[in-house]
Amino acid sequence: MKVLVTVKEVATVEDDFEISGTEIEETYLDYDLNEWDDYAVEEGVQLAEAGDDVEVVAVTIGPERSEETIRMALAKGADRAVRVWDDAIDDVELLDVETKAELLAAVVEDEDPDVVLSGVQANDDSFGATGVALAETLGFEWAAVVNALDTEKVLDEGVASVRRELEGGVEELTDVELPAVLAIQTGINEPRYASLRGIRQAQSKEIDVQSLDDLALGADDVASDLDVTAMYEPETESDAQYLEGDAGEQASALAEVLREKGVVGE
Amino acid sequence: MSDVLVVADHRRGDLRDVSFELLTAGRELADAADGDLHAAVVSGNVEEFAEELNREGVDQVHTVDYGEEFNHDVYTQAVVALAEELDPEFVVTPNSVNGLDYAPAVATRLGRPYVSDATGLDYADGTLEVTREMYGSKVETTVDVAEGPFVVTTRGGEWPPVEGSGDAEISAFDVDVDEDAVRSTVKGFEEVGGGDVDIGEADFLVSIGRGIEEEENLALVEELVDATGATLSSSRPIVDNGWLPKNRQVGQSGKQVTPDVYLAIGISGAVQHVAGMKGADTIIAVNNDPNAPIFDIADYGVVGDLFDVVPALIEEFGGEPPSV
Ligand SMILES: Cc1cc2nc3c(=O)[nH]c(=O)nc-3n(C[C@H](O)[C@H](O)[C@H](O)COP(=O)(O)OP(=O)(O)OC[C@H]3O[C@@H](n4cnc5c(N)ncnc54)[C@H](O)[C@@H]3O)c2cc1C
Repeated sequence: MKVLVTVKEVATVEDDFEISGTEIEETYLDYDLNEWDDYAVEEGVQLAEAGDDVEVVAVTIGPERSEETIRMALAKGADRAVRVWDDAIDDVELLDVETKAELLAAVVEDEDPDVVLSGVQANDDSFGATGVALAETLGFEWAAVVNALDTEKVLDEGVASVRRELEGGVEELTDVELPAVLAIQTGINEPRYASLRGIRQAQSKEIDVQSLDDLALGADDVASDLDVTAMYEPETESDAQYLEGDAGEQASALAEVLREKGVVGE
Repeated sequence: MSDVLVVADHRRGDLRDVSFELLTAGRELADAADGDLHAAVVSGNVEEFAEELNREGVDQVHTVDYGEEFNHDVYTQAVVALAEELDPEFVVTPNSVNGLDYAPAVATRLGRPYVSDATGLDYADGTLEVTREMYGSKVETTVDVAEGPFVVTTRGGEWPPVEGSGDAEISAFDVDVDEDAVRSTVKGFEEVGGGDVDIGEADFLVSIGRGIEEEENLALVEELVDATGATLSSSRPIVDNGWLPKNRQVGQSGKQVTPDVYLAIGISGAVQHVAGMKGADTIIAVNNDPNAPIFDIADYGVVGDLFDVVPALIEEFGGEPPSV
């Protein structure tokens, strides 16, 4: 069985930052593996550990810098990594969902996996759509916001028995035929830390870089429908009363508020 | 004329609140585009739902009577068929968990651009301008989507629900559901998160988020809870990490709480968290990032390091801060 995991390197923003035009200035950005994808990688590796002959392939769309992130997936147990990039992609400011789905679909078609795991959303652009759009592009079945997966059933019966986490503490139990894309929610497992040995081994693994040409796609396929026209810090609607001073002074002011509200006794 | 088609959300016999907010967003778009507002409801007791959706500003309600509960394969087929029939400029669904599970497929099948989690929508001269957040609500962006027709999902709580009743035409829409293409089966539902305490009942919640960093540091908040007689709750990552049980989680996928005081410590105020606690009478936030979105909804703000503020607060109430 083959499991493909889509991973994304996301930019995280420091507490203080500046925007120039429609971008946050590079100096205020850090890069990390998308939180949701970390759980997807773990789920893939757990499938490999539970089954015989399960290969886990990590795929990302990203510039060279993102190899650091995809190596984290390798260090945690993915067998191989594919990175899709091209100058034509570099030119696009904000990739739309359709484009991401097209690019990933081209890799999936080459790899022919039984299961694709993606994160529910990426915490930078938070579209929350790539997994389902990818499934539809491929004609695969899918499930979004998956917080439990019956590993044995996937391996033995070719059915993904999942729980989907709905709002308000309700879970939906659903069976999904394979091949399928499952968009993984945080909390489904406990993502492992990469071991030192894993990190060392990941360093020496080759990352298969695929251009548009390699994927039989053209620049037209990555033309985005989206155009970011403004980026700004949201105007604070806060009418909060700030408690000033050092920590001690803040704490006494806070204690007073709590007493006033009557939730703590004298 | 550019029409709008909105698709209602329901679960276990009830329309969800977002469905009525969606009608407001949809009406605004329909006005901007000089078109009609169509509402659709798929599965369940569609006749009853249609009556409820017949509110002010709705021109037509379409019912698809197929199955009881949400099934994304059925929804995708039904909404695509409706969109092909009505040819609306906009298909709009809530950015709910079920929205996440079928709206991208609808957009893909229709070959339309897709924008999710809109907090604002503007339409003029054929261009849709969507306001949305990025980087965990740290920045807001406007995104232009050229060349409709469009598929959009809207964030809950951003539009007021439509109230007044309307005089929409209600009609049944027959979808020839292709059973072979239904390859997922919903087996049932389960409530999770019961257990020792019901944080929904508490008057005073001390809620901890990822700012606590390590499981060992929880001792600090636990001492605060002891010293103040509060009830302990948390944001999602604390539960994901297994540091607290699920019944302590506040938020969209956790519990809705309405305490007199909600003291949020080291919680950024992500939309899915806020969905569970904005009903608190008084919200107090302790966070070392003065720009954290939680301060937007807080009544009192403490900008500071929780590892300094919380020990001092414990002492205020005669407790002894543990060393963490
Ligand atoms: C479908 C879906 C459903 C979800 N459901 C929920 C839900 O029900 N509940 C929920 O909470 N989340 C939910 N989430 C997750 C949500 O998007 C956020 O990831 C989560 O709420 C973030 O939790 P947090 O605020 O504790 O962590 P973060 O966002 O990481 O924030 C930590 C905060 O702590 C502050 N901080 C750090 N160190 C200190 C210090 N020393 N002193 C003071 N402050 C400090 C930081 O400035 C930051 O603001 C859901 C997500 C999805 C996609």
